Amino acid sequence: MSEELRERVAALLAAHDPATTDRLEFLRARFDAGLAWVHFPVGLGGLGAARGDQRIVDEELAKAGAPDNNPRRIGIGLGMAAPTILAFGADEQKRRFLRPLWTGEEVWCQLFSEPGAGSDLAALGTRARRDGDDWVVTGQKVWTSTAHTARWAILVARTDPDVPKHAGMTYFVCDMTDPGVEVRPLRQITGEAEFNEVFLTEVRIPDAHRLGAVGDGWRVAQTTLMNERVAIGGRPVPREGGMIGVVADAWRANPERRTPEAHDRLVKLWVESEALRLAGTRLRQQLAAGSPGPEGSAMKLAFARLAQTLSGFEVELLAEDGLRYDDWTLRRPELVDFTGREAGYRYLRAKGNSIEGGTSEILRNIIAERILGLPSEPRVDKDVPWKDLPK
Amino acid sequence: MSEPNLLYTDVEDDLRASVRDLLADRADGAAVLGRVESAEPHDLGLWRTLAADLGVTSLHVPESLGGQGAGYRETAVVAEELGRSVAPVPFLGSAVLATAALLRVSDDEHARSALAKLAAGDATAALVVPLSAWPGSPLPSVRAEGGGLVGTVRSVADAAVADLLVVPADDGLHLVEAGAARVTPVVSLDLTRPVADVEFSGAASVRVSGSAAAAVDAALLTGAGVLASEQVGVAQWCLDTTVAYLKERYQFGRPVGSFQALKHRLADLWQELVLARAAARYAADRLAAGDQDAPIAVSVAQSLCAAVAVHAAEECVQLHGGIGMTWEHPAHLYLKRAKADEIALGTPGRHRAVLAPLVDLPG
Repeated sequence: MSEELRERVAALLAAHDPATTDRLEFLRARFDAGLAWVHFPVGLGGLGAARGDQRIVDEELAKAGAPDNNPRRIGIGLGMAAPTILAFGADEQKRRFLRPLWTGEEVWCQLFSEPGAGSDLAALGTRARRDGDDWVVTGQKVWTSTAHTARWAILVARTDPDVPKHAGMTYFVCDMTDPGVEVRPLRQITGEAEFNEVFLTEVRIPDAHRLGAVGDGWRVAQTTLMNERVAIGGRPVPREGGMIGVVADAWRANPERRTPEAHDRLVKLWVESEALRLAGTRLRQQLAAGSPGPEGSAMKLAFARLAQTLSGFEVELLAEDGLRYDDWTLRRPELVDFTGREAGYRYLRAKGNSIEGGTSEILRNIIAERILGLPSEPRVDKDVPWKDLPK
Repeated sequence: MSEPNLLYTDVEDDLRASVRDLLADRADGAAVLGRVESAEPHDLGLWRTLAADLGVTSLHVPESLGGQGAGYRETAVVAEELGRSVAPVPFLGSAVLATAALLRVSDDEHARSALAKLAAGDATAALVVPLSAWPGSPLPSVRAEGGGLVGTVRSVADAAVADLLVVPADDGLHLVEAGAARVTPVVSLDLTRPVADVEFSGAASVRVSGSAAAAVDAALLTGAGVLASEQVGVAQWCLDTTVAYLKERYQFGRPVGSFQALKHRLADLWQELVLARAAARYAADRLAAGDQDAPIAVSVAQSLCAAVAVHAAEECVQLHGGIGMTWEHPAHLYLKRAKADEIALGTPGRHRAVLAPLVDLPG
């Protein structure tokens, strides 16, 4: 397979020289050649190959100086919307959405969480009512990154309040340019606004933009969330990549601030960071052979704990410099870098790592119940129609 | 360097299955408890079967020296399974520590002949250092005098059942027939890997050419790396057993495993094991490759896996409630193994002290 892939890459490069080809044109040609995500089906940017083979393509293209699709800018589309559309979309939906999603022509965002539905996502109350060939959607969503740049959103809304909460939801693709969509920045403890609140007022969504069956939204959303955790926990990193590298460098640069007690803590954290990196490698090796399992939950749990401990350690190490903060100005960054800016920012931003994408508490429930097979807590809301739940 | 494979290969999985089947048959909790309370706490019958039928003594010995020429990845899988059953066999002392020391001096014909016997399972050996020694630690002060070896080494693993003692002395590495030394088993914290004191008063020996320090360091590094996999096996048993118990134990009208206060502790433990297993696999792989990153990989694995095994065993006792405190339940065998393993071949703190300069983190 690897030889065939290299030949396909060579053919793409021969027909579309990256040095002289427009970036977007090249990306479209790459998609059409099945080299966008090789594990996707033929005709949808892939070749039906193993997920792990993507690395061969990426390495060959990087060597040739080919442009990429700036994956960090379109992470929600790539990591969450695309696998869900692939798994549940109709053929027409796959053809319409996947190509511009992958090339980055169309940015995606995710409309899941609500002020009243965070960890208990299935309690969400944004209503979608059928009206002819359309659905009319009204409600409020929150913690939506890239909402202000997005063309499309993946949306879960309540279509039947008379059945228990998990049964009454449906999954849609929402047009973010609809006049009923209002996006407001949501300022967070770092001072900036990475996220938004999104107010939906009588937004019309054609039934053709529904993903999966009416009432099947919870199952569709599980696919999205499972892929999100893989995306968060599974990036390949070199040794001392990520927060440990920043903190180790601070340690090396500040010999006068070292103490024996801090030294032992730091080496412990170095060990855990290295083990997390190796576990990430191991997870990717497992994924290369199959599809994402719940193991991503362990990665995210450990990642959040380490990011928080390390960034807190750094602020403490920096002593009088740890008392300062770079900038409280409200800004709307297009990209978020957990290891960017200064120590105070990193410390505060890391607090979100155990909340976003599934709180650490919910992840522990997932691990305990789905991996270890422990029984769930008694569920008082399981058989109660959504409209009768206390809110 | 191509990316190390941190998964288990099909061959390794097959080996694991064979070892696990045998241990399930011969070394379940009741059998192990009965054995360690008997006059002969090491199960030498089981040890002979492991050596003769499954070849666990010859895995990482080159074919030219009578072994299978596999590698430490396979040895580590065996260690994992032995940890999972806490079977009282001298695998660490003989097949890992003594064998690794002799491999380092295998230019010597006496070493080669001893290796052939160990690999074939015809003899069992012990490396005469305290089990608490770590890579780079000072060697015990056994002296080679005119009348033979003189000196005492305390807390040596698996020495009580060794036919052959591999002894670092002040002038080099010596081989001593066990009958020429006084080996005194001591009452040990770890019932399933008891230690013994070894005393030489003019013991006859054969001196092996080559550096004793290099041989011992190689053995301790290898041992520490393989021990990480044993610790993963210990932790895995503790987690599996606790999960099973929390599913069947009812209090307040529901399985206690449904309480978040308990299940979150097990989720944390599972997550620790995910990291520990990755670190242990990496250490085994780098030892197998003879790679220069092996010392870093081993210290990372020991620093982490030792603590994870102790945490798992302590949680196992606590979450079993009263039954976990009984002699009858096997949890205590794992707690004792995990705690002794934390000291064995370098405490986590020692390994962090070894690691810090290797990764440019000056104190």
